[in-house]
This record gives sequence, C-alpha cells and structure tokens, in this order.
Amino acid sequence: MEMQKPEDLFESKLSKNDVIEPKDWMPDNYRKHLIRQISQHAHSEIVGMLPEGNWITRAPSLRAKLVLLAKVQDEGGHGLYLYTAAETLGISRDEMLDALHTGKAKYSSIFNYPTLTWADIGAVGWLVDGAAIMNQVMLQRTSYGPYARAMVRICKEESFHQRQGYEIMTRMAFGTPEQKEMAQDAMNRWWYPTLMMFGPPDIESPNSENALKWRIKRESNDQLRQRFVNQTVEQAEYLGLTIPDKGLKWNEAKKGYDFSEPDWAEFKNIIKGNGPCNKERLSTRLKAHQDGAWVREAAEAFGKKQMQEFAAA
Amino acid sequence: MSDNQGPLWEVFVQKKAGQPFVHCGNLHAFDKEMALQNARDLYTRRGEGMALWVVPTSCIVASSPEDAGPFFEPSNDKVFRHPTFYPLPDAIKHM
Repeated sequence: MEMQKPEDLFESKLSKNDVIEPKDWMPDNYRKHLIRQISQHAHSEIVGMLPEGNWITRAPSLRAKLVLLAKVQDEGGHGLYLYTAAETLGISRDEMLDALHTGKAKYSSIFNYPTLTWADIGAVGWLVDGAAIMNQVMLQRTSYGPYARAMVRICKEESFHQRQGYEIMTRMAFGTPEQKEMAQDAMNRWWYPTLMMFGPPDIESPNSENALKWRIKRESNDQLRQRFVNQTVEQAEYLGLTIPDKGLKWNEAKKGYDFSEPDWAEFKNIIKGNGPCNKERLSTRLKAHQDGAWVREAAEAFGKKQMQEFAAA
Repeated sequence: MSDNQGPLWEVFVQKKAGQPFVHCGNLHAFDKEMALQNARDLYTRRGEGMALWVVPTSCIVASSPEDAGPFFEPSNDKVFRHPTFYPLPDAIKHM
C-alpha cells in the first residue's frame, strides 16, 4: 500500500469536499485561522447577548419578554457550541475568554452599536440576525467538521430569531405614525452597520484568500453582502420602510441591486475599539465574568469531590 | 491558567423511545448531574429528544482516521454479506 504524505491527504480531502476532523493532520495556519474565526464567532454570540439583554426588563409585553429571553438564551447556547468546537483545535475555554477580556480577540463590530429603542430589537433580529444567517448557512458546509456541525444546529435556531425581529418591525411599521417613525429610525441606523458584518470588500480582505482556499468559507464577503441586499429590499418594501441608500437600484444585467458601500473608515475605527459601545460592552462582559467567579470556584471544588467519587465507584 | 470549566462530556439524544441515541455535541460540566442538566438546557430546548446520555469524553475509545483503510479493510471483499449477491429465480416475486 502506498503511504500518502499528510499534506497531500489534507489537500485531497479538501478537493473532494471531505470534512477535516480534529484528529486529522492539518497545516498550522489552517488550525490558527480556525481558532481565530471560531473563537471570535463564539465571542460574538456571547457579546451579542448584551445589546438585547438591555431590553429584557423593558420589553413592551410579557409575550415579547418571553420571546426575547428565549432568543438571548439561544445566543448563549450558540456561544457554547462554538467554544467547544474551537476547543477541539487545542485551545482552552480560559485562553479564549482571556483573549476576549484583554481585547486581543475581536467580536463582530455590529455589537458596538447601541440599541436605543424597542424598534432596535426588531432591527437587530431582522437585519443583524438575517445577515448572520446568510454567513452561517454557508458555514454549514465549512471544511472543519466540528464547526460545520455547530453551524447546522445554530442555523436551525437562528431563523426563529430573524422572524421574531421581523414581527417586531411589522407591528411597529403598521402601528402608530410614531411607531413607524421609530422603525424607520432603527432601519436608518442599522442598515450600514449590518452591511459591514460581511467584512471588508474582497479586494481588501486580508483573511479571505486562505479561507476560500481551505474551504472554510465557500463564498466571498461581497457575494454574501450582495445576496443579503437582494433578499432584504423586498422585506423592507413590505414594511413600507425606506432603505437609507439613494444609490440603491435594481441592475437587470446582474439580476441584483446596486447599492452604496458602508463607510469602511468607520468600520476600521470600531475594530480598533473606538465604536460607540466598545468600552461598555467589554466592561459589562468582564463584570459578568468576574461576578461569576465564585460560581466557577464552587463548581470546581464540588466537581473535584464528585469526580473522585465517580472514579472510586 | 487553571481549567475551571470541568471535564468534557459527549451528549447523545434519543428523539423518541425505541430510536437509537445519536451524538449531538459536547459540553463542560463538573459532575454527572450537572452534565445532564446542561445537556438538557443546551441541546433539547425544542423537543429534540425525550432521553439523554452524557458520557465523559475521556471514556470514549475512538478508531483513528489515518488507519481507517486497513482497519475496515476486512469488510470490503465480502460481497456475499449483501443480499444482492444472491440472484433470485425469476419465478420468485417476493423474498
């Protein structure tokens, strides 16, 4: 039997659309890229709980509160799926959390914008989760098995998130003139930040080339952004809301909409830590972690005792 | 840095009584009870199952992907294990 070199085996798996599993040989840079991407994806789920958590106590009805609680609980669960997927690559939960808390690891830039009114919770569910789903549907076919499987579970749950957001927008858009104004205001503030979620334009995206080569990503930032715009226009029209882009126009030749790019200087500035809520989000996250220290310590002490009994049994 | 997450557990869900338990993911917990409760909260929020198994990951013995070829090779040349190996007489309509 001929022996394949591990590098060749890896390449041949990728070319056959086979999945790479934790025990398989993989290039160091593939591992590093995945650790960065999956951990930052996990951090985004956890930090993403904060802007919505702000509104749990102020939800306008008991029904809305129950739904929002369930959604925020889902986001926590998504973070857990993703952290354990990243751990299969040889990094510990503590190392990842430490990177988040010291600012070494990033999370999605979108969560550094404030949720000012109840309409923002609608816009976040409809637009932000809608954009996240577009990315995550693609990632269900990513080349790394544990990441792909986490994405399948996450996608099943995310469509509830987008629909509950759209329901809030529907109620407000067809409500009183003041409510409709709030919905439009939320749309105006969230549209461009949502477009930024797909990452910089392909020509300037530093991580895209490897991600596509290794089939971690299957489609480019610009392709996903285009698809999101195409899909969202109709939904905005139904609500009677205006997408805040004078350049938005149907292009028959490409069977898609032409649209204006977001302000990429603003995007870079937020990534650097200078967005409207960067400091608040990180300090809230850090406080939650520190306030929970006694729970982890107690659980650890209790667990040690339990595991000794488990081993002895 | 100390590990304050507890050991890893693998989670298996049974959708309905009588069906096999299927692996659905993993989680950290410090003991059996915590593992079971966390598994319920994390993997069965939408009626995904009516029974759960949690198993310490360290207890699982796995075959290695690199050796899959030789390891499973003995089954490849035994076509007679499949029903389609045996031609049925035309006169027999059902078997």
